[in-house]
Amino acid sequence: MFVGLPPFQQLVDAHWRDVARLSAALAGPRDGDDVAQEAWARALRAYPSLTHAGNLRSWLLTVTAHTALDAQRSRARRDRVPALLAEPVADLEPGPDERLWAGVRALPARQRQAVVLHYVGGMAHGEVARALDTTPAASRRLVSDALAALRVALGEKEEA
Amino acid sequence: MRDLEAALTRLDVRARPPRLDDADVFYAVHDAPVGTLVLAATREGTLVACSYDTEDVVAARLAARLSPRVVREPGRLDEARREVDAYVAGRRRSFDVPVSTVLATPFAQTVLGALARVPYGSTTTYQAIARAIGEPRASRAVGNALGANPLCIVLPCHRVLRTDGSLGGYAGGLDVKRRLLNLESGD
Repeated sequence: MFVGLPPFQQLVDAHWRDVARLSAALAGPRDGDDVAQEAWARALRAYPSLTHAGNLRSWLLTVTAHTALDAQRSRARRDRVPALLAEPVADLEPGPDERLWAGVRALPARQRQAVVLHYVGGMAHGEVARALDTTPAASRRLVSDALAALRVALGEKEEA
Repeated sequence: MRDLEAALTRLDVRARPPRLDDADVFYAVHDAPVGTLVLAATREGTLVACSYDTEDVVAARLAARLSPRVVREPGRLDEARREVDAYVAGRRRSFDVPVSTVLATPFAQTVLGALARVPYGSTTTYQAIARAIGEPRASRAVGNALGANPLCIVLPCHRVLRTDGSLGGYAGGLDVKRRLLNLESGD
C-alpha cells in the first residue's frame, strides 16, 4: 500500500529541535543527545511501515518518549551496583531551571512522560493519551498529579 | 502556579541534528559553478540524481520513486561532487561514479542510453537520437525525455541540439548549456 510518505529529511528538518528538547527533558542533559540519536534511528527504521502520513510530529515525539524510557530502564539495570561509586552530577550551584528539570526526571515514569509530552512537546491530551496508550482523562490526571508533585518538590527545596 | 507550567514549556537545549547512516537514499545540495545541483545516491553508492530542480522537488521525487527513507548526508556524495566539479573545471571528460537511470521512464532510459554514443566535444540532434533508437518520428518525445534527464551533466543531454543548430532547451538554462558546450569545444 502506497501512502505517500514525505522524504524523511523533511521530518528531521521540521522536528529535530523538538526531539532534542523532549529528550533532554526526559533523560537529562547528559543522556539527552544519545536518546535523541537513538529515537531518530528507531523512527527511520519504522518509517516505511507507517500506514498513514498524518501527525508525524506526534509520532516522532511518541517514539522519543518510548526511547527515553527504555534508555532509563537499561541504565537503571546497568547502574544498580556502581551507583554508589558514580561521580556526583556536576551541579555546582543548581539554578531554578536545573532543580525543575531534576524534579521532572524524578517523577514516576508515566507522570514524567505525560507532563513532558504535554508542555515540552506541546501535545494536546488526546495526543498524549495515544502516545501513552491511555485515555485523555487519564492524561489530564497524570499531568495534574505531576504538577502537584513538582510544586511540593520545588517548594520544599526553596524553604530548605 | 501558572509559572510552573510556563517554565515547563521553556527548555532550551544546545543540540545538533541527528546523523542518519541507515537510510536508503542520501543526497547533497551542491553549489556548483553551473548552478545549484541536487545529487543523490543509493546506500550502495550508485548515483541516481544530478538535478537542477530544488531540494524539495528532488527529495519528494526520491521518496515517491525509491524509498521514503531519504536523508541529506553530503558526505555520501563527495566523490560524485568532486567529479562534477572537475568536469565543469575542464579537468575531466567522463565520469567514474556508478550511475542508474532508475528515476527515468523506460522510454527515457532508452533515450539516455543513446547519449553514451555522443562523445565529449561533439553534438547531435533530437532527431538523430530518435532515429538511433528506432523511433524516427519521436523527436519531440526525445526532447521531453532529455528535458527530464535525472542525471544532468553526468549523462550529457547538453550535447543534443535542434536540427537547425539552435540550442533547444536545458534544465539548467540555456546559458549553462552554452557554457558546457564551449567548455567541451575548448573555446
